[in-house]
Amino acid sequence: MITLVKRPEPSRAFSLAAPLLAVLATMVFGGLLFAALGKDPVLAIRTIFWEPLFGEFAFFYRPQLLIKGAPLVLIAIGLSLGFKAGIWNIGAEGQYIMGALFGAGAGLAFYPADSVLIFPLMVLAGALGGWIWAMIPAVLKVKFGTNEILVSLMLVYVAEQFLASMSLGLLKNPEGFGFPGSRNLQQYASAHNAELITGTGMHWGVVAAFVAVIFAYVLLARHRLGFAIRVTGEAPRAAKFSGVDPARLVLFCLGTSGLLAGLAGMFEVAGPSGQVTIDFNVGYGFTAIIVAFLGRLHPVGILLAGGLMALTYIGGDIAQSKLGLPAAAIQVFQGMLLFFLLAFDLFTNYRLRPGRAEVV
Amino acid sequence: MTFMKLLASAALVAGMATAAFAESHGKTKVGFVYVGPVGDGGWTYEHNEGRLAVEEEFGDKVETVFVESVAEGPDSERVMTQMALDGADLIFTTSFGYMDPTINVAAKFPDVKFEHATGYKRADNVSTYSARFYEGRAIQGHIAGKMTESNIVGYIGSYPIPEVIRGINSAFIHARKVNPDVQFKIVWAYTWFDPAKEADAAKVLIEQGADVILQHTDSTAPQAAAQEAGNVVTFGQASDMAQFAPFPRVSSIIDDWAPYYIARTKAVMDGTWESKDTWDGIGAGMVGIGEITDAVPADVKDEALALKASIADGSYHPFTGPLKKQDGSDFLAEGETADDGTLAGMNFYVEGIEGDIPQ
Repeated sequence: MITLVKRPEPSRAFSLAAPLLAVLATMVFGGLLFAALGKDPVLAIRTIFWEPLFGEFAFFYRPQLLIKGAPLVLIAIGLSLGFKAGIWNIGAEGQYIMGALFGAGAGLAFYPADSVLIFPLMVLAGALGGWIWAMIPAVLKVKFGTNEILVSLMLVYVAEQFLASMSLGLLKNPEGFGFPGSRNLQQYASAHNAELITGTGMHWGVVAAFVAVIFAYVLLARHRLGFAIRVTGEAPRAAKFSGVDPARLVLFCLGTSGLLAGLAGMFEVAGPSGQVTIDFNVGYGFTAIIVAFLGRLHPVGILLAGGLMALTYIGGDIAQSKLGLPAAAIQVFQGMLLFFLLAFDLFTNYRLRPGRAEVV
Repeated sequence: MTFMKLLASAALVAGMATAAFAESHGKTKVGFVYVGPVGDGGWTYEHNEGRLAVEEEFGDKVETVFVESVAEGPDSERVMTQMALDGADLIFTTSFGYMDPTINVAAKFPDVKFEHATGYKRADNVSTYSARFYEGRAIQGHIAGKMTESNIVGYIGSYPIPEVIRGINSAFIHARKVNPDVQFKIVWAYTWFDPAKEADAAKVLIEQGADVILQHTDSTAPQAAAQEAGNVVTFGQASDMAQFAPFPRVSSIIDDWAPYYIARTKAVMDGTWESKDTWDGIGAGMVGIGEITDAVPADVKDEALALKASIADGSYHPFTGPLKKQDGSDFLAEGETADDGTLAGMNFYVEGIEGDIPQ
């Protein structure tokens, strides 16, 4: 028999090694899955991880990694601040939608005017939209002690209804033959979040994601507020004694994560997506939760995790097309990643001890 | 900055051009982008059947690839680009939401042909195609009007777009024709494929007294919900859904894309492909009517088949006047039929339907 024994101190080494081990285990078991489906496992893994980075068409996929990864990183950075302090914003998807609606709405309100001020205004509007949507659960929690997990999650569905309503009504393209969906912002130069250098994938959202990583790193490492966040998560009672105001922390963490999610939505709708449509949101807000944990709630870790998730998405699509792997197999593969991460996480706090189970 | 941009885009275009050239010899490569899983038993399933038919028809001369469950938006744009880079000669994008991405990618790959289903934007290398599903809806409406005892017909709408509204109108007109008391209850699911949502919608409609359910969503979940309820009639959507026959599924609309896909692939092989808009119905075989089961009385079945025959040979148009719009204004005069432009952009209910189109 093998038993689990709690470590006296959480293992730092394991905390860092767990993501790498999880990726390795995912490759091994994912490979077995692909083999069971009759595909060459080495080729499949190679296609998913190697092809987008160093394959024949890497010149196209590398920029795509930035486009796919940027919203994930931007949202996950915001979420990680709250998660560190034990404040659970599960509704980033809704804040992402509201950011997109506010941002696109601000831009389309001026259509077809031409001004350099429109895009900055959209950025502000997008941030505001996400922030407002996150302040609802924040204020309710502070005032009435409601559960922010439930409130923020339920607000995702409210946001989705807003999105449908806007696509069909207020923001509908008047020249769209009655079909739902807004004008395409890619064709409205003043509002278009275009690539900064053509072919690089670098748009303002990617820049914002990198800035957010640096900002979060400095905040957590150097700033008093970062200390308050860390100490609240690790020892809530100690935090109280050291003068941390929990209400302010809730407002800050939820507000910031909402703001960043709103920005992500705004950059997406003004750039890669271009249009407010009923199906605009594709789950970045939820996937970002995985990214935040995969990155150990550390800014640099989140940057790497966002890149890794983007890689599995892009590589997964290539594997579907080139090798005929079913989409479900790719999703299982991505699911394995989180599963193994959680499994290996156990060993941060516990270790295995061979021997007989003690009789209770 | 501008120079850098120029340089970078030149490099990109050069890269894409050589990539496309390197792959262009040998087999004709046909790509398919699907919005749902191939196992949805409905919309995507039938497009995939079309793909398999292309493989069967041309054998070694063709190679097909597909990616399923592709989100509309930037993801679809990436998947299409990837297919084009990998040397696809022809790419079918099979959902309305792929419209702008298809146009974007097509502009970057002028030598690759694109076919976008159910949209309205075309280019020199982008065709559009769709089926006149409303012809099949007329037959469903007829059967629904005859079969309902509660006089309440439930309708699960996907999105309030012209294609779906056209179907509701067509079904309603023909249900009313045979049953002046019939009412439609319409639920909007805002999805093409979500078994859980579709099942919920079906249950709500059944609770509200509907004993016939029409669906414009792709899964078989409403069929299963009807089967559970016991006495509710359904119709297969996009695919035959014959596993629910003879009851609750009493008939179906089947999308048969195979002849079109084969013809367009052939055109690319022969070098005769041209951008065009195709909108075919029962007559051309793009819309099939699945077997009407014995759960439908023989006389109703005969009427339905006669209706089908008259639509197929063009002697009857499902939108034939006199018809009024929901607000009471005139739509079509006695004997007048709706033109394709009106049908393509239809965004109003006909007279008698209750409720509003979501705005």
